[in-house]
Amino acid sequence: MIEIVSETRCVECNICVKVCPADVFDAAPAGAPLIARQDDCQTCFLCELYCPADALFVDAQAERAPHVREADIEAAGLFGSYARAMGWNRGKPGGADRDPTFNIRAAMPG
Amino acid sequence: MPLDLVTDVLVIGGGPAASWAAIEAARTGVRVTLVDKGYLGTSGAAAPTGLGTWWAPTKDGRRATAERRVARSFGVADVPWAVHTLDEAHNGLTQLAAWGYPFPTDDAGERYIPNLRTADYMHFMRRRVRAAGVRVYDHHPALELIVADGVVSGASGIARQNDETWQIRAAAIVLATGGCVFGERVHGAAGLTGDGYLMAVEAGATLSGMEFSAQYGIVPFQTASNKGLIYSWATFSREDGTPIDDNGEDRQVLVARALSDGPVYARFDNVPAALQNDLRVGQPNILLPFDRAGINPFEERFPVMLRCEGTVRGVGGIRLDGDSCATGVPGLFAAGDAASRERLTGAISGGGGPNSAWAIASGVWAGRSAGAFARYVGRHHETRVAQPAGRTRLDPAAVGVVKAEMLPLDRNFFRTGRTLVRSLANLGDAWANLRSAGGLAGVAALRSREAAAMTATARWSYAAALHRTESRGMHRRLDAPAMDPAFARPVGISGLDAMRIVRDEAPLAEALAS
Repeated sequence: MIEIVSETRCVECNICVKVCPADVFDAAPAGAPLIARQDDCQTCFLCELYCPADALFVDAQAERAPHVREADIEAAGLFGSYARAMGWNRGKPGGADRDPTFNIRAAMPG
Repeated sequence: MPLDLVTDVLVIGGGPAASWAAIEAARTGVRVTLVDKGYLGTSGAAAPTGLGTWWAPTKDGRRATAERRVARSFGVADVPWAVHTLDEAHNGLTQLAAWGYPFPTDDAGERYIPNLRTADYMHFMRRRVRAAGVRVYDHHPALELIVADGVVSGASGIARQNDETWQIRAAAIVLATGGCVFGERVHGAAGLTGDGYLMAVEAGATLSGMEFSAQYGIVPFQTASNKGLIYSWATFSREDGTPIDDNGEDRQVLVARALSDGPVYARFDNVPAALQNDLRVGQPNILLPFDRAGINPFEERFPVMLRCEGTVRGVGGIRLDGDSCATGVPGLFAAGDAASRERLTGAISGGGGPNSAWAIASGVWAGRSAGAFARYVGRHHETRVAQPAGRTRLDPAAVGVVKAEMLPLDRNFFRTGRTLVRSLANLGDAWANLRSAGGLAGVAALRSREAAAMTATARWSYAAALHRTESRGMHRRLDAPAMDPAFARPVGISGLDAMRIVRDEAPLAEALAS
């Protein structure tokens, strides 16, 4: 579930407000968007991909994870880790042309 | 200002099927508008996952793929329909490559088509939809259809981000609203509340295959990550480490049965070392939950659970008249998981390849038909006297009843006549007694319609399941474990307060031959 909008990283573009399919965020009059409807989050991680500033952190638990702290996520290098793994950069797609899933499917048992 | 506009074709939905429908409708030369509950590009079951897609470059290959599939379908699917779907998906994927979607190149130097990185795919499709001239309204959930003398004439809903309402008059509508996961926390769940089923039945359509709504996906610990692919290489064990033997049964059945005795653990023991990096690069969201939890799933055991995938990786949906994707309600068409995939995949899950191909094929067909219908109707529809067709709104408390009846393995995954009757009584009580007040606005109105759609979908699923007094594929009746040849045909269902079973006179294969 979405746990963190990092105020230090956020550039206040409100792209997450626009792209979240569950409408979890609210734009704030000033500052970073708010996680306004956390319980609606579907833990799809897509907001992380679209965030141009790697300012969002979605915990993998589908229910709320109250112990997630920004300092720990920062220290563990997890901001933007999904986007980097995918090859997306600054909120823009990339990496599909280098996807080696054909190796996985070729090796699948059965 | 509330949005009030006139279009020719209105597409409701924001996943792959909606995007293909919108592009194809626009190609017929009519005005097309798309409204989605979420955001075209991230909405739906596909966008978060990564998706194998049925693809065979040759006609013979497509026929062989269809025959292999139908042989496993438990007698409900048919080969010509599967071939037809594969052919149209082949056209669509060829088009996607020609548009410049960045398919990877395999070791043989060939473009590798049968896998779509869905976050990228849907980002790409959004741009194609807009380039086709389609007007797109994100965060504009449709709450009800507008119908004039039995002919669909538009829809209305809310603009959830600014608390406005909208009404769009249209000569034809494509429902591409996805399936229903009964409130389960799986990828795409936010939009998958069965809204299209409810709107279609309110307008007079029939559903089919709703009893095939018992597909469950394995997820690691408490995540929403229902990615099935890697479990081909997993071993499963009980809490004390006793292995759960692979006796050749369906993996989900093994896990479901073991879960009734206690916790179940998995480990990706059998992933070849050479593939670990490919998984990391090619399927990052499989490993992401483990990386974030600090678990090495190739070496450490981790607990798993089963999450309900309802009619998404299940099968049921709006019954179609054929490849027009017509619903029997004039002006109303359906595509993707909103439509029944029974003829394609029978009583087993179409999750992955078949459903992905189906989204393309049915999207194209529905868009084409809706465009043709709109051209035929012309501007005449704009002056019709039309009425809102939405009937039922429920208090969101009904969602709690739906979850309690539809998610537990001992109610939905394994069924008996007795439990189905009891669940139907509870769902019927919710349907009758949890009506919410009229006049709700904004997100409260949306929630009340979602509650109604989920409750109605649950009732249709279990009423069809009660009628089908046999076991077939994912429909597992503990009190009727054998297949009954009399049921080798679709079961339809319609109606709201009073549901009606609709049995086709002839099995599909005979109907096609005649």
